[in-house]
Amino acid sequence: MSINATLIGQMITFTLLVWFTMKYVWPPIMAALEERKTKIAEGLAAAEKGQESIKLAEKKAVGVIKEAKEQSAEIIASAHKRANDLIEESKAQAQKETERLLEAARAQIEQERLQARESLRKDVSTLALRAAEQILKEEIDKAKHQELLSRTAKQLG
Amino acid sequence: MASEGGATAYIVHHLTNEAVGEGFWTVHLDTLFFSWVLGAVFILFFKSVAEKATAGTPGLAQNFAEMLVEFVDTQVKDSFHGRSDLIAPLALTIFCWVFLWNSMDLLPIDLLPTISDLIGMSYMRDVPSTDLNSTLALSISVFFLIFFYSIKVKGFWGFAKEMTCTPFGPKLMPFNLLLKTVEELAKPISLGLRLFGNLYAGELVFILIALLPPLIQPLLGFPWAVFHILVITLQAFIFMVLTIVYLSLACEDH
Repeated sequence: MSINATLIGQMITFTLLVWFTMKYVWPPIMAALEERKTKIAEGLAAAEKGQESIKLAEKKAVGVIKEAKEQSAEIIASAHKRANDLIEESKAQAQKETERLLEAARAQIEQERLQARESLRKDVSTLALRAAEQILKEEIDKAKHQELLSRTAKQLG
Repeated sequence: MASEGGATAYIVHHLTNEAVGEGFWTVHLDTLFFSWVLGAVFILFFKSVAEKATAGTPGLAQNFAEMLVEFVDTQVKDSFHGRSDLIAPLALTIFCWVFLWNSMDLLPIDLLPTISDLIGMSYMRDVPSTDLNSTLALSISVFFLIFFYSIKVKGFWGFAKEMTCTPFGPKLMPFNLLLKTVEELAKPISLGLRLFGNLYAGELVFILIALLPPLIQPLLGFPWAVFHILVITLQAFIFMVLTIVYLSLACEDH
């Protein structure tokens, strides 16, 4: 139980151990701990940020969808309107065309009628003349009765 | 086990160091050997962890080392408010080394002495902390550090003033000096003797239990060993905490 040189040996060993721990053990382990701490803090911050941006994106998406819905409704409405307009327009055009065709037909009919009447008048006067000629071969003077004949033909037309 | 020479011889045999040298220059080979081996265990373990230390997911060894480091770091931050790169590694070294010393006490009392008998050594004490030289070596080193930090923080005159003018003012200077000297000297002595006393007593109880009839030994040995797990941890912890406290006191300016 005596104090002796073992004490000095133990002190030297102790000093060496402390020196070694201070130099090569403590700093790297502490550094790793600190680094992990920062990493975790960063990770947590990033996660929070991510969640926030998700929320933001969701809000944005809802807005975009709403806008798109509105736009599509607008487009559909305008398309409906355009279709109606087109129908109305074509209806009107068709009406117009019909009227035009009708008009043309009428005009043509009138023309043809006039022509027919004219030719009929001519034919009738010729026929009448011929008939009269046949009947009154002998005594009728063509030149003398011309005026009478044409008056008759006019009455027929 | 009490065959050769009776109980007294057995006890004395167990409490004698394997030594070389004469007088003061005696060296306890067993104490030094186990201290070195345990110191190497401590250093190699922590060195291997420190080399591979990663900020990512730690392995089992790193986890364990980090647990110890953070435990010590918390203790240091709780009591020591200055900034020092030495205190925390010092505390870690003390805690681990002393714990390893003490844990040798849990080995069967006759295991290592029997083995050393076989290789021709006459004595073997395998618990370094039951050697007063070990515990005083630590506490005297701490004492030097207290001295060093006192002068470093307060300056030589500040330290001299504290030694002579407290606690009763300059008029009672010699008395103050005496009181403070005793106070300062009491620190390393109590620190070293506390650890030594606890472990020496624990060892002695194990030796006494080993002298009992074999059937009764487990009945007493088991509870004492379980209790001793607490004691060895607690003593290592106390040594560390008191070191931190003494050093923080040395660094505080009054």
